[in-house]
Amino acid sequence: MRVFSTSLAVALLMTATAAFAAKDTIVIGMQDEPPVLDPTQNAAAAIDVIFSVNVYESLTRIGEDGTVKPSLATSWTIGEDGKVYTFKLPKGVVFDNGEKLTAETVKWSFDRAGAPNSTNPTKRHFGNIARIDTPDAETVIIRLKAPSSLFLSYMASGGAAIFDPKSADNNKSTPVGTGPYKFKQWVKGDRVVLEKSTTHRDPSKAQIRQATFKFVPDAAAQVPALLAGDIDAFPTIGATETLDRFKSDSRFQVVIGSTEGEVPLILNNNKKPFDDIRMRRAVNHVIDRKSIIDGATSGYGLPIGSHFPPHHPWYIDLTNRYPRDIAKAKELMKEAGYANGADVSLKPPPFAYARRSAEIVAAQLMEAGFRVKIEPVEWAQWLDVVYKQKNYDMTVVAHVSPWDQDNYTRGLDYYYGYQNAEMDALMKQALVESDETKRKDLYGRIQRKIADDAVHAFMFQLPRTGVYAAKLRGIWKNSPVSVTDLAGLRWVD
Amino acid sequence: MSRDGLIMRCLKQRNFMIGLALTGIVLAAAILSYFWTPHSPTRINVPGRLAPASGVHWFGTDHFGRDVFSMILVGSRNSIGVGIVAVSIGVITGVALGLLASAKRGWVEDLIMRMADFTFAFPAILSAILITAILGPGTFNSILAIGIFNIPVFARITRGAANAILARDFILAARAAGKGRIRITLEHVLPNISNVLIVQATINFALAILAEAGLSYLGLGTQPPDPSWGRMLNESQTFLFRAPMLAIYPGAAIMIAVLGLNLLGDGLRDALDPRLARSR
Amino acid sequence: MSPSPASWRGREYERPLPRAQPIRYNGAVLMTSFALRRLATFIATLIATSLVVFLVLEVLPGDPALLMLGIDAQPDAVAALRAKLGLDKPAVERYLVWMAGMVRGDLGISHTYGTSVAELIGERLVVTLPLALIAMTLTTIIALTLGVFAASKHNTIGDYGVMTATQLGIAIPNFWFAILLVLLFAVALGWLPAGGFPGWDQGPIALKSLVLPAFALALVQAAILARVTRSAVLEVLREDFVRTARAKGLTRTQTLWRHVLRNSLIPVVTIMGLQFSNLLAGTIIIENVFYLPGLGRLIFQSINQRDLIVVKDVVVLLAAKVVVINFIVDLLYAVIDPRLRTQR
Repeated sequence: MRVFSTSLAVALLMTATAAFAAKDTIVIGMQDEPPVLDPTQNAAAAIDVIFSVNVYESLTRIGEDGTVKPSLATSWTIGEDGKVYTFKLPKGVVFDNGEKLTAETVKWSFDRAGAPNSTNPTKRHFGNIARIDTPDAETVIIRLKAPSSLFLSYMASGGAAIFDPKSADNNKSTPVGTGPYKFKQWVKGDRVVLEKSTTHRDPSKAQIRQATFKFVPDAAAQVPALLAGDIDAFPTIGATETLDRFKSDSRFQVVIGSTEGEVPLILNNNKKPFDDIRMRRAVNHVIDRKSIIDGATSGYGLPIGSHFPPHHPWYIDLTNRYPRDIAKAKELMKEAGYANGADVSLKPPPFAYARRSAEIVAAQLMEAGFRVKIEPVEWAQWLDVVYKQKNYDMTVVAHVSPWDQDNYTRGLDYYYGYQNAEMDALMKQALVESDETKRKDLYGRIQRKIADDAVHAFMFQLPRTGVYAAKLRGIWKNSPVSVTDLAGLRWVD
Repeated sequence: MSRDGLIMRCLKQRNFMIGLALTGIVLAAAILSYFWTPHSPTRINVPGRLAPASGVHWFGTDHFGRDVFSMILVGSRNSIGVGIVAVSIGVITGVALGLLASAKRGWVEDLIMRMADFTFAFPAILSAILITAILGPGTFNSILAIGIFNIPVFARITRGAANAILARDFILAARAAGKGRIRITLEHVLPNISNVLIVQATINFALAILAEAGLSYLGLGTQPPDPSWGRMLNESQTFLFRAPMLAIYPGAAIMIAVLGLNLLGDGLRDALDPRLARSR
Repeated sequence: MSPSPASWRGREYERPLPRAQPIRYNGAVLMTSFALRRLATFIATLIATSLVVFLVLEVLPGDPALLMLGIDAQPDAVAALRAKLGLDKPAVERYLVWMAGMVRGDLGISHTYGTSVAELIGERLVVTLPLALIAMTLTTIIALTLGVFAASKHNTIGDYGVMTATQLGIAIPNFWFAILLVLLFAVALGWLPAGGFPGWDQGPIALKSLVLPAFALALVQAAILARVTRSAVLEVLREDFVRTARAKGLTRTQTLWRHVLRNSLIPVVTIMGLQFSNLLAGTIIIENVFYLPGLGRLIFQSINQRDLIVVKDVVVLLAAKVVVINFIVDLLYAVIDPRLRTQR
């Protein structure tokens, strides 16, 4: 009896302390500010980081392990050889403005995204939709033109968020969604504030009452902001060389993980000299991943040998496919008719990881007789010259979309300039295959094929280098998608 | 005035001597860098990155393990080169336009001067950013951007000084002797305004170095792997916590070069125009 | 004629400046013709600027629509966005539409932000304008104090000290000075923020974010202005009325501040006008160093993001501002020196 009362007292005491002391707000630091707040208008990743999952919800979502999880759709069934998806919506879903969400709202959102005059950045995800039916308010039936094993992943993206028709046009500045958080304020150039939604269908879901996303573009300014306690969490800190300082400070926890961003030294397969596989393999034999990773990411990037994220269970380590061997590279170059070396340009866009790895890899390639001219371009020029006109030999850019191996089947119209019938066949199979074991095998063969053909020289996976207050829990180590799951975060004492 | 007298006056100027010494240091660094640097300024050695100053690396190493002292030495070439070419563009074109304006007068003069005014109303740094956005970043394009904005400076000065000379008596005498406008301009006007131009060129040389550093700092000037003081400053900013000295060396180098040229220009001006020197 | 702006174009103004060309105020007719001439210059400058910037942006490579939608975008979505932004129309039509909007006071809608450009510029001006004003105030205080002090101690150690310091000030790139300030006050001492701006709704604490940038901007300007002040004061000191004033029994300091300074103000105000003209453009680099969401950063970002309408509008506004400031400087001449009103 006595024991009982003591434990009761302790329990009461604990509740009381929790009510008084527990912190229920959070300030999250991020490097880039979104230009607009609507993911169906602009491809900026910063929009997803703040709003996807938290304010805007899609039918599905991607979990920390990269798998598809229910979001607005509580369940779904797939029928008719993978061509018909039936999603079930929960009852009582309301938008922040009080409007109700029904199957019609979903249909309206997808029709808008796939319309001929749509400017949705993920428009190509909707081209495969043949028809959308809404037999009742809680059921959405989507018929596809062809089966797609990636359809459920596509439906998780910010571009596939479900908007309320009445407020959709204003979402660029005043987001209205169905998520556990609602938009409160955007102070341009400084911060976005979200607060816990009072109308969410599951009121117990979120624990943090108010979340502030603070923009600190200057890598040097991120450190003092964290040290001063102005910022509680910085999931992707820029000044990676300062992480050691946080590791030894008990007020912080440093969480290093992986992202979906593969960073290859991209080679133009449709232009001399890299139209010759021997030249591409020569480059692969030259690059020294350790130096690149140390110099460009302070050693936190993970080496990769093909186009696949290392945190995924289907990943195959192909980093030893082309061991570093300058003599071998020179031999290959000689065979290809470049005994005297080759003149190549390298056009990195203005991102720190790209500019830095470009400088290091250029120096390495010089050792083997490549005469590399670094021609840095700003992003608009990169899109124009490299991406659109394909006027480049080499470039560096992270590929952050999940399941983007289908880039290797986009043919000569795509800036890789890579076309291969075997790859096309593998990818086609992988996209329609519904059996997970067979898909795993297919993606294994795709990884090997990309490495065998030395399409690019794969360098590293962009790291997720986060610094968080020691008492914060529910942090994602890896980020298969660029979202911040606020509802999963909580403070402990 | 006699040339000997001028040199003596120059040597008596404290400003001139200090300026000469500082400019000499920068020039010497540039020349030296062609023959010798302690290490290769482009050699990347990632394991040895962000090393502090030592006997091996006098100014330490940067984020790629490159020797900062060697980069500073070689970087001087870049600053001097950009300065010389950009100012030359300004002097050659500007002087030609200025002389044309003062020789022709009338609508030619009006047009040239209005164009100069217009260039001035346009924020220079903004125009430079636009020029490099169109032509792409790089040494040559930044020279062009800086050079273009030197043209109106020299056009105005030339015109003003030339008009003053043209009003003098000995021009009337030359004209009476049957000399044409072009001959008068080349034989009498140009030699008489050269002092003013030399002083202005020295000062604009300093300004061009500052401008190049600014453009490189924004990432629009000289591109890697060629070392550039402005870009070194930009890169150092990320590492302010780990290696604050990386931000000190290139800035100090810029300051020495600019200070030297400014003092040289001031000294020259005072030596050339003693009346002015008294008032200063 | 309007004198040349400072910064990196030329330091012509460091030579003794010619007395400013006075405005003729003797008679309403002349006044009207002056105003009309000024208005004509103003309009001509704006039209010329708008044409130049429009043509420049026409040849600027890069597609705003592709930038907004990213590399995974479907080509027809990009085309649809181009149509929505009006980028598919012929150049002449786009120019006329833009100019017609300008005349009505409609600056258009930003491609990137989707909000009205006027609103966008307004949001940025509340950072840049206070920054420029603080910088200009600092410049004036530092420069006048140092300049008058140096002149009054002509050819003494104090004078040499000021001259050396200003020589150094002119030679320091302002963005490097900014980095040094960050190193000292943000990194080492932690007194002031290294960058960013919390917004005015945070109250006066937001001012802290402007202190370092304002000092960085003021340094070079103050160095130049101090030298100009010193030369101007020295020149006036040689004039007869100074001797008269001293003979009347005024102390040296009284003479300096009451009579000499006022009479030296013409070149000082000229340079201040130039510096203020340049300040808003000069914030491009400084706002980048401190990541301030001001007008300078807006224009730099807009060029990079190919937010063409914003670039066009801001450039025309900056040109308009230069003309207006020149006008104000001319008016100040008349205020400072009443003789100029009726002269000639």
